[in-house]
Amino acid sequence: MATTSSQPAEFRDDPAKAEGAAVAGTFDAAQEMHGRSETDPLELLRETGAGLRLPEGVALDPGDLVTEVGEDETMIINMGPQHPSTHGVLRLMLELDGETVLRTKSVVGYLHTGMERTAEDLMYIQGSTNVTRMDYLAPFFNETVYSMAVEQLLGVELPPRAVWIRMLLMELNRVSSHLLFMATNGMDLGAVSMMIYGFRERELVLSFFEKVTGLRMNHNFIRPGGTAADLPSGWQADVLALCKAIPPRLDEYDILLTGQPIFTERTQGVGAITPEQAIALSASGPLLRSTGVDWDLRRDSPYLAYDQVEFDVVVGTYGDAFDRYAIRLEEIRQSLHIVEQIVDLLPKGDYRVQDKKVTPPPRSRIDESMEALIHHFKLFTEGFKVPEGETYVAVESPRGELGCYLVADGGSKPYRLHIRGPSFVNLQSLPVMLRGGLIADAVAVISSIDPVMGEVDR
Amino acid sequence: MSGENEESAEHDETDPLTVHGLPAVDVRGTTVVHTDVARYPGLLEALHAEGFAFCADLCAVDHLTNADRTLPDGIEPQRFEVVVNVRDLAGHRHLRVRCQVPGVDTRVPTSFHLWPGTEAMEREAYDLFGIVFTGHPDLTRILLPDDWEGHPLRKDVTPGRVPIQFRDAPSTR
Repeated sequence: MATTSSQPAEFRDDPAKAEGAAVAGTFDAAQEMHGRSETDPLELLRETGAGLRLPEGVALDPGDLVTEVGEDETMIINMGPQHPSTHGVLRLMLELDGETVLRTKSVVGYLHTGMERTAEDLMYIQGSTNVTRMDYLAPFFNETVYSMAVEQLLGVELPPRAVWIRMLLMELNRVSSHLLFMATNGMDLGAVSMMIYGFRERELVLSFFEKVTGLRMNHNFIRPGGTAADLPSGWQADVLALCKAIPPRLDEYDILLTGQPIFTERTQGVGAITPEQAIALSASGPLLRSTGVDWDLRRDSPYLAYDQVEFDVVVGTYGDAFDRYAIRLEEIRQSLHIVEQIVDLLPKGDYRVQDKKVTPPPRSRIDESMEALIHHFKLFTEGFKVPEGETYVAVESPRGELGCYLVADGGSKPYRLHIRGPSFVNLQSLPVMLRGGLIADAVAVISSIDPVMGEVDR
Repeated sequence: MSGENEESAEHDETDPLTVHGLPAVDVRGTTVVHTDVARYPGLLEALHAEGFAFCADLCAVDHLTNADRTLPDGIEPQRFEVVVNVRDLAGHRHLRVRCQVPGVDTRVPTSFHLWPGTEAMEREAYDLFGIVFTGHPDLTRILLPDDWEGHPLRKDVTPGRVPIQFRDAPSTR
């Protein structure tokens, strides 16, 4: 492990340069956490979250680090990757003094399948099948952010109906994602019946998705240029039924969790983080809002037609696990409020852009017209070309800022596609939030971040 | 800051849009600042001091086969680019930095001391592209296994050429 063969290629033939890099501690080494004596002081600071506790303007000095307990009194243990409360394959290495967590390091990558590289080998028209598999609990957000990036580079203007269909599906997706959080968060903290209730309500939303897209997840429904199909007839009744059925259930959650002494005891004041720390750590979504930072991309950097609907941005006060739970519960209500407005406002018209370069001809035309057949064939074998350029698009996913950095070189495949996964970035707050808490609280804190490992590892 | 040299001062006359002395372009409403490695840390420090307190994203791009891309005058195209997206939450501003990194020396100063949230993102850029962030507290691989060789998102790595690596595990048969 960590041999010369894994050095960056340009250092391999130049020992002096390689040495310089090695001094800076840049060569491949184990990703695990090590004992204090073997750990670089700066890394130690990071693992304790100490660097962020210093007041403004005070420089980091690794020499100041107080190792308050001797190394033989502490223990480094693994939590995961197969631990049931890590929501997938997240592995945490924790340094414990008795039951108290001193240092934390998250080890990720167990689900890495090189999706950003895969995207470079798929045409733009195929790309949404790939990105939809990243955050598998909020697939519509991935599809939308990718499609918006492609459309920006293409310079096409979406028909209004496509815009509103996207908003409808994304808000319902936010509901289903937060409902799953309610379920797993409840179960992680011992309210096992919550697991059943959360999944029961999520099922209502998923069956609507199945009706619209044909699939319960990985829909590939939102594509560059609009959506794959129009909404099925009678969708208004289905959506309104959802909007009617879910709020009373949320009130039940309130009774079951919000006022329940065991639940509040286990979440209030647990995993607290300050606004300054959250911003410095690039945290976003409910994690950032729980600290009181009033930031929501839907309102502060409007995309699609979010400036035409009314909703409240829910913020917390204490930045603890309870605030994050309460924010998500209220966000479900706000999303349903948006959905009700969308049912009224959704315009008639095309559901995809009528630009023949981007949109394939309808199936019925292919039987009648040779041109349509050729056109269809060309579009699906060669794809459409996107002019040279680069763009960064971000949407507010249930977990935070979901960004897509897309570089096009003028061909029919992306030159580079990078997805900024909110879970990937939010996990960095763990050392700060876990420090000084009990190991039993670690479960509550991980759950309150609501990470999706498919998006972390991509 | 280090960006106040002759080259960028000369640039001011031809293109009015500059950020801290560095050439910038407006791309669909977002200001994109171009820099090289030497002026990169100074630029980020100036941006951080200016109120861009939130680093939204940091990633790398390998432009090996895209050398003729459009760049503003005074910026030499290099093989790699480190792209940083920063936000000013109070002022609702969004700004992008594109830093040209030569392929022969991929060392770039870390921005961990400004935005601790770039820690994992820089590790990812190192893992996938081999960009060496000097001063980073723990520059190890993050997505790939410890013993993986090479940096798979570089354009000179062909997918499928490297056999999939699994750790030695005894066969179940």
